Amino acid sequence: MLEFPRWKVWLIGIVIALGVLLSIPSLIGGTPLAGSWPKWLPQYKISLGLDLAGGSHLLLEADAADAQKQRLQAMEDSVSTELRRDPRIDIGDISTAGGRLSFMVRNPSQVDAAVERMRNLTKPVALTGNRDWDVSVVDSTRVVLTPTASGTAQALKDAMGVARDVVRRRIDPSGTKEITVITEGGNRILVEVPGVEDPEALKRLIGQTARLEFKLVDLSANPQDVQQGRAPPGSQVLPMADGTGFMAVKRRVMVSGDQLTDAKQSFDQDGRPDISITFNTTGARRFARTTQENVNKPFAIILDDKILSAPNINEPILGGRASINGGFTVQSAHDLAVSLASGKLPVKLNFIEERTVSAELGQDSIHKGVIASVVGVVGIIIFMLITYGRFGVYANIALLVNAFLILGIMAMFNATLTLPGIAGFILTIGAAVDANVLINERIREELHRGRRMIDAVETGYHEAFRAIFDANVTHVISAGIMAYFGSGPVRGFAVVLLIGVVTSVFTAVYFTRMLVALWIRRARPRALHI
Amino acid sequence: MKLLKLVPDHTNVDFMRWRNLALMLSIIATVASISYTVYRGLNLGIDFVGGQLVRAEFARPVPIEELRARVDSLGVGEASIQALDKNNRTYQIRLPRPPGPETASNAVVSKVRKLIPQQYPGARIDAGESVSGKVSEELAGDSAKAIAFAMIGIAIYIWFRFEWQFGVGALVTLGHDIAMTLGFFAITQLPVDLNVVAAFLTIVGYSLNDTVVIYDRIRENLRKYRKMSILPLLNLSLNETLARTVVTSLTVLIALGVLMLIGPEVIFGLAIAIFLGVIIGTYSSIYISVPTLVWLGVKPDSFLKSDEKEQAEAQPA
Repeated sequence: MLEFPRWKVWLIGIVIALGVLLSIPSLIGGTPLAGSWPKWLPQYKISLGLDLAGGSHLLLEADAADAQKQRLQAMEDSVSTELRRDPRIDIGDISTAGGRLSFMVRNPSQVDAAVERMRNLTKPVALTGNRDWDVSVVDSTRVVLTPTASGTAQALKDAMGVARDVVRRRIDPSGTKEITVITEGGNRILVEVPGVEDPEALKRLIGQTARLEFKLVDLSANPQDVQQGRAPPGSQVLPMADGTGFMAVKRRVMVSGDQLTDAKQSFDQDGRPDISITFNTTGARRFARTTQENVNKPFAIILDDKILSAPNINEPILGGRASINGGFTVQSAHDLAVSLASGKLPVKLNFIEERTVSAELGQDSIHKGVIASVVGVVGIIIFMLITYGRFGVYANIALLVNAFLILGIMAMFNATLTLPGIAGFILTIGAAVDANVLINERIREELHRGRRMIDAVETGYHEAFRAIFDANVTHVISAGIMAYFGSGPVRGFAVVLLIGVVTSVFTAVYFTRMLVALWIRRARPRALHI
Repeated sequence: MKLLKLVPDHTNVDFMRWRNLALMLSIIATVASISYTVYRGLNLGIDFVGGQLVRAEFARPVPIEELRARVDSLGVGEASIQALDKNNRTYQIRLPRPPGPETASNAVVSKVRKLIPQQYPGARIDAGESVSGKVSEELAGDSAKAIAFAMIGIAIYIWFRFEWQFGVGALVTLGHDIAMTLGFFAITQLPVDLNVVAAFLTIVGYSLNDTVVIYDRIRENLRKYRKMSILPLLNLSLNETLARTVVTSLTVLIALGVLMLIGPEVIFGLAIAIFLGVIIGTYSSIYISVPTLVWLGVKPDSFLKSDEKEQAEAQPA
């Protein structure tokens, strides 16, 4: 018991000093003292969860139906482009009904060639041995492309990766903010933005797919049919964005938002907000050619399958620039410009969970949490002192050291402190003295049994350790399960409990044992007052 | 200085004398608690049933009826509005999950968030949450699974470290503690959210803390006093650990009591659940976990290895 080698004392001392050193930047953060912390000392800091710092947590889920629709549309575009190339194959009655893409080959002798060229459009899916589309022929002239399950899964995975990057660019065009954008569970994206004042602006930015398309208006369509949703072959009926009815447009895309290099909010000659866009070389060339061929005909500007406007082509547009009008406010034009510039979302994202906390409420929680922690710690310190005297003092020193160690370790791993985490902290402090209670009660007991002082202390530490260990394993099990299943704030609670269990065994057992040993060696007391 | 002794030295309380009475009362209380929970139902928060929660702070006091009328005029379902302070300036508005697609829920929060600053200049939205049906189902499922896994995991650990009877005893104790705490939430209709589930998991860990300490002492005494019959031995173990049980429960209760009374109100549910769980856990570690050992037939030779057992039988002392 009394043999406590010097190197052990040093080791324990160093661990404690490190804990204190690592925890200080987090403790003085946000106070006037923050600036006076020397630069050459460690700067690790605990990050605050959104429930304390204020901010928005948004969970987005890919719209499966929309993902399928977009994939079919993209395939339709590549099929049309492919078959228009030499040797051209004339097709008709192209349809995406029933989740499959099908078309009729006009010349029956070209069916085999068409199938061959379709096969070349499909791609193998990595690791599965399947291709992403099945190509088959029905009724001898109709070619059917059916998406395969592995192809759909792969497409979703790719789309989620792109969507994640697009979301990040939209929220943080400059790439400087501390935001979290991660994919979760294959079809979800978790967005966490600290310190956000208006989550609605955030939602508007992310919520828009921003698929921009320019298509020619189909003037041959019968207006009555169009209002009932029937379009001539090769055309489709789309609603007007302002809700004023429907319009038939050619299925073929003149030019799309993929071919943009820039989009900015500006004003038209009447001072109304609009968006000016710049096409890349391919886009500019296609736009120029189509407008040249269709002077004096209207074309539709379509955003997310809604027609914003359908201006007339007065003259060919050759410079690769255009402006989009659509009854915007400055704010909505700006939001749309950001969305267009960051690229379209490859799949529509739905909000399935939102949690926003204002910075004021977060600050209030921190304030109350800190006060409760201090009062709780003082209460326990007084209680331990009047119950165990000198041994209570040791337990209390261990308790304070434990608090520093928990904060220090959290800072080192840059763990996130959440509001339940503060509760976990207080709880850990309250429970950490349990180990000392066990030890001290055991020492009292052994003294009553007539053991000599040093022997009693030795036995007390030795016998109590088994129960301390078993009891702490039960905490580790429940906290570990909580960390695994829990989300955000609850995980923060579990992390504090887990760290606290480990540090409290160190401080309450090894550290107090050292204090007691050093005291007995130095003071050589005749009796223990415990 | 005279040190405080909450529990006098050498107590000799015959805990086991009342074990049958305690068992009867505990069974009645547990059954009553579960039936009441089933009958009345828990006040499940939006985390588990979906819906929206908006917390707003107003510049001036606002009558609750007026606020209710305005929120109702949005046509987004019947609002349940609760004042969070005495001078009617902070309110929590809860709305049911709207019918329709998963996104409908989120749109409702946007509407309320727009309405309040419009109607009440200077008002501030402090928090807004919306949980869709799908997410709430997942959260509820995960929470139930987590609590079940934690209980079983701990029982298995106790079984490995002690004997099977102790594992069963631990499981029964945990079931009792969780059932009683659920009953409390059913009676008070305090909202059950994710934080409360975290509290339940904590109770699972902490309520067993006392039990483990007592079991450890029983194991030690079983090895030490092989000739003592089981009931006096359990009483002895309980008395020896009594001071520790009381002191530790008190320190945890001090910490949680403070958190409950002056801590952030967002985690009031968490604090009160653990507070209560510690009290229930202290009782059950004495009157559920220990008597269970008697009924499961723990005997003075339970911790002897089988060959030692044979020896003990061969040479009756």
